[in-house]
Amino acid sequence: MLMFEKAMVGSRRYWEWIVFLLALIALGGAFYLRQLSYGLAITGLSRDVSWGLYIAQFTFFVGVAASAVMVVLPYYLHDVRQFHSITILGELLAVSSVTMCMLFILVDMGQPMRVLNVLRYPTLHSIMFWDMVSLGGYLLLNAVIAYTMLRSEREEVAPPSWIKVLVLLSIPWAVSIHTVTAFLYSGLPGRTFWLTAILAPRFLASAFASGPSLLILLCLLLRRLTRFDAGQEAIQKLGVIVAYAMSVSIFFVLLEMFTVFYSHIPEDLEHFRYLYVGLDGDRHLAAWMWVSVITGVAALVILLVPRLRKNAVLLPLAAVLVIASLWIEKGMGLIVGGFVPAPFGDVTRYSPTLPEWLIVLGVWAIGALMITVFYKITVSVREAK
Amino acid sequence: MKITRKEFLRITGLSVAGAGAAKLVRAIGVAGPAPPSSVSAKRWGMVIDFQRCRPGDDCDDCIKACRLAHNIPEIPERAHEVKWVWKERYEKVFPFQQSDYTRRAYQGHVLPVLCNQCAQPACVRVCPTAATWKREDGVVMMDWHRCIGCRYCMAACPYGSRSFDWEDPRPYIKHLTADFPTRTKGVVEKCNFCEERLANGRAPACVEACRQKAIVFGDLNDEQSPVRQLLRARFSIQRQPELGTGPSIFYLV
Repeated sequence: MLMFEKAMVGSRRYWEWIVFLLALIALGGAFYLRQLSYGLAITGLSRDVSWGLYIAQFTFFVGVAASAVMVVLPYYLHDVRQFHSITILGELLAVSSVTMCMLFILVDMGQPMRVLNVLRYPTLHSIMFWDMVSLGGYLLLNAVIAYTMLRSEREEVAPPSWIKVLVLLSIPWAVSIHTVTAFLYSGLPGRTFWLTAILAPRFLASAFASGPSLLILLCLLLRRLTRFDAGQEAIQKLGVIVAYAMSVSIFFVLLEMFTVFYSHIPEDLEHFRYLYVGLDGDRHLAAWMWVSVITGVAALVILLVPRLRKNAVLLPLAAVLVIASLWIEKGMGLIVGGFVPAPFGDVTRYSPTLPEWLIVLGVWAIGALMITVFYKITVSVREAK
Repeated sequence: MKITRKEFLRITGLSVAGAGAAKLVRAIGVAGPAPPSSVSAKRWGMVIDFQRCRPGDDCDDCIKACRLAHNIPEIPERAHEVKWVWKERYEKVFPFQQSDYTRRAYQGHVLPVLCNQCAQPACVRVCPTAATWKREDGVVMMDWHRCIGCRYCMAACPYGSRSFDWEDPRPYIKHLTADFPTRTKGVVEKCNFCEERLANGRAPACVEACRQKAIVFGDLNDEQSPVRQLLRARFSIQRQPELGTGPSIFYLV
């Protein structure tokens, strides 16, 4: 009924990949059980840096989820026909990403068995409550839309008219998930690194660069591995979207830097100093941040020059560079940078531990498994026609 | 006078309805929180006298008393420390009220710091389960059975007053006090202003333990309270009051 039977038949290579992912999930799961019994002391987190890789990954993937709007909006509002075949891929990517986000929150909790307390004692003045509402709603919207669209594609009938309402609703909803996620950070009085009104637009810009980059890579993979072809035009259009979004994203970061460095308020400066040059002799994040800068600029050069962007090798390279750059900036620097220096000015080093990485790997594997199964179903439906 | 059955029923019905309505009106009237009367409404506060406090001379009476009263674990790793009241260097406590000269003059001075029991606590605002909340007397409370361990309050607190139990704290408790709960791993904890002692009309443990009488406790809403008298007589500062949090802990310079 849910078309899952289509995911149960596949080549040997397909099954090897599935088994590989299941093995990673089992590995992550085993370490998660250890974290559950021993506590979060298993991670590199501390009293000063109390959020780290888990929350940073959550933030990054909220962006990937929100970026589905970059194919949904052009297709449904501007009738961009080239996106006809990939819109559903964007929506399914959103479903997988939101699921990963929820798992990242869950593995970060000290008392995960109490998670339902968020529903039992709904606290409207907490942004976390609203983040749960917006992420949950977005997951539901995209799951219903993608499933309905795919089923009407299989039955070769026009999609029901009510789906249009949900599609239109999903557009502002996508913006809302990343805005509310930014509000988690940007409303905290003592954390000057996050206390900036531009955080939500910055999140959205970086999301609209990293998400479509991932979609480009997935489309190219599908073209190589299956008979499904998103079409050169659609992929190039995604490239243009990434080019714009990446430009805006870098522009926003530079805006932040101008305010901080020109006003020269020490409290605001220190976080940027810590990230890019190091503070109190601790510069272990600086190397990462400069990799982010270099990959980001390199990607931008490829994306902005049409000749380079249209190159079949350079476009996927640019996509990889964009993801790497923003993954470091948002998936690490943004969260850790907000906590260092701590309220008492201490510079506390945070490095994720091996168990922490493996738990993250397990969550990624769950996301990859969902993507694999969803795309397998989609491709099978289309190949059957 | 003769009352017919019909009339009797009518009068009885009206009286019942009237009584019910009166009750309803009264219920609505008092449903909101009672307006604070100047006599009974308290706001607990604390004044720490910089001149009297001598934690530099290895005095940590307040810290020891708190640790004993609240089963605070002594965790050797700095990253996983649990702190309710602790010593911090002067220039770190007031980083925005420093000049090169004060830094030099007060070099090596340390002060006790604890939860500020804010009037507008950021931690309470962000908690997704209301596991931390502010009481009417100003004490910011923690429910260790409701806390989901998301640590949003730790990110929100501008004073670094909150600790997380990264692992089971019980093996690290040196002297177990039976009449105060221990915590489990995975929850956030902080100074509770000794609410368990306040309930019995006693001052907080740190106040009682201080031989220098450097910590004074009382009702900030009572003009005659010792804290208000001190705040009238001497110049006091709070930690980052510009954030609008309204700390209830004052430091006399």
